[in-house]
Amino acid sequence: MELEAAKMIGAGLAAIALAGAGVGIGLIFGNYLSGAMRNPSAAQKQFPNLLLGFALAEATGLFGLVVALIILFAF
Amino acid sequence: MAINPMHQFEVYRIGPEINLGTVNLSFTNASLFMIISAITILFLLFLGTKKKLLIPSKTQFITEMSYTFIAKMINDTAGSGAKSFFPFIFTLFMFVLFCNMIGMLPYSFTVTSHIIVTFMLAATVFIGVTIIGFIKHGIKYLELFVPKGVPIILLPLIIVIEIISYLSRPVSLSVRLFANMMAGHTMLKVFGGFVISLGLLGGWLPLGFSVALTGLEILVAFLQAYVFAILTCIYLNDALNLHH
Repeated sequence: MELEAAKMIGAGLAAIALAGAGVGIGLIFGNYLSGAMRNPSAAQKQFPNLLLGFALAEATGLFGLVVALIILFAF
Repeated sequence: MAINPMHQFEVYRIGPEINLGTVNLSFTNASLFMIISAITILFLLFLGTKKKLLIPSKTQFITEMSYTFIAKMINDTAGSGAKSFFPFIFTLFMFVLFCNMIGMLPYSFTVTSHIIVTFMLAATVFIGVTIIGFIKHGIKYLELFVPKGVPIILLPLIIVIEIISYLSRPVSLSVRLFANMMAGHTMLKVFGGFVISLGLLGGWLPLGFSVALTGLEILVAFLQAYVFAILTCIYLNDALNLHH
């Protein structure tokens, strides 16, 4: 039973990584918006970069989620 | 009552069991949905290119739009020298997109939520790009690990970091797609479970959330296919145009 409890705690700790992803995504969209407000004509060109940055930032947080799921289901 | 949210990712056998030596080659629901998405793409592209009208019909418009979308993406990120890789990247994008999108249908199976599928795609890209780089530049391709303008003292450290980051490309490429798909679908099922457990009175709030999350997941399904294709283009750019 103790192993089960330790698993749960470990999975919860691993999911903290998603906080970093939240900060990263917020920074990307916030900075994009402030940049787009200053120079709206250049905003359209940077939209693919915005999506790319969003996906890259989200992925690093999801690695933590994968670790949590591996702890919960694979061990 | 509470069904396991991971139940949807279960792979089961359809039809007879086929064993080739020690390898199990049975036809599963994963293979079925891969074939469904491949046939859907073929059907769409066949219909879209059959009658070539000056004012396009809806299917022709979708076909032309996806063509110009990918062609523009390759031209912007990998340069005009990568034009000959258009069929590969187009196939990759359409396959990932349709696997993701068909996975959004209720009671269907998401092929890309299994890491072995995405790792296979990413490993193909990684090995292919490495071979292309060595064919194009020969042994000079190893200069990729030596960035320009780095102080000579830092060089041993930088080279190790560059090699590790190069080798982790297939892992990050595959885990990104797999984790996004699996996390999204698990989240949808968990919220669906809340609707049932809260009952007729309190179930409306999670139901609204589920609708919003479905919209988000469709966005993510497109976005991840796009990111997969654009990262392939960026890796290709590294291999084709060294230090640009």
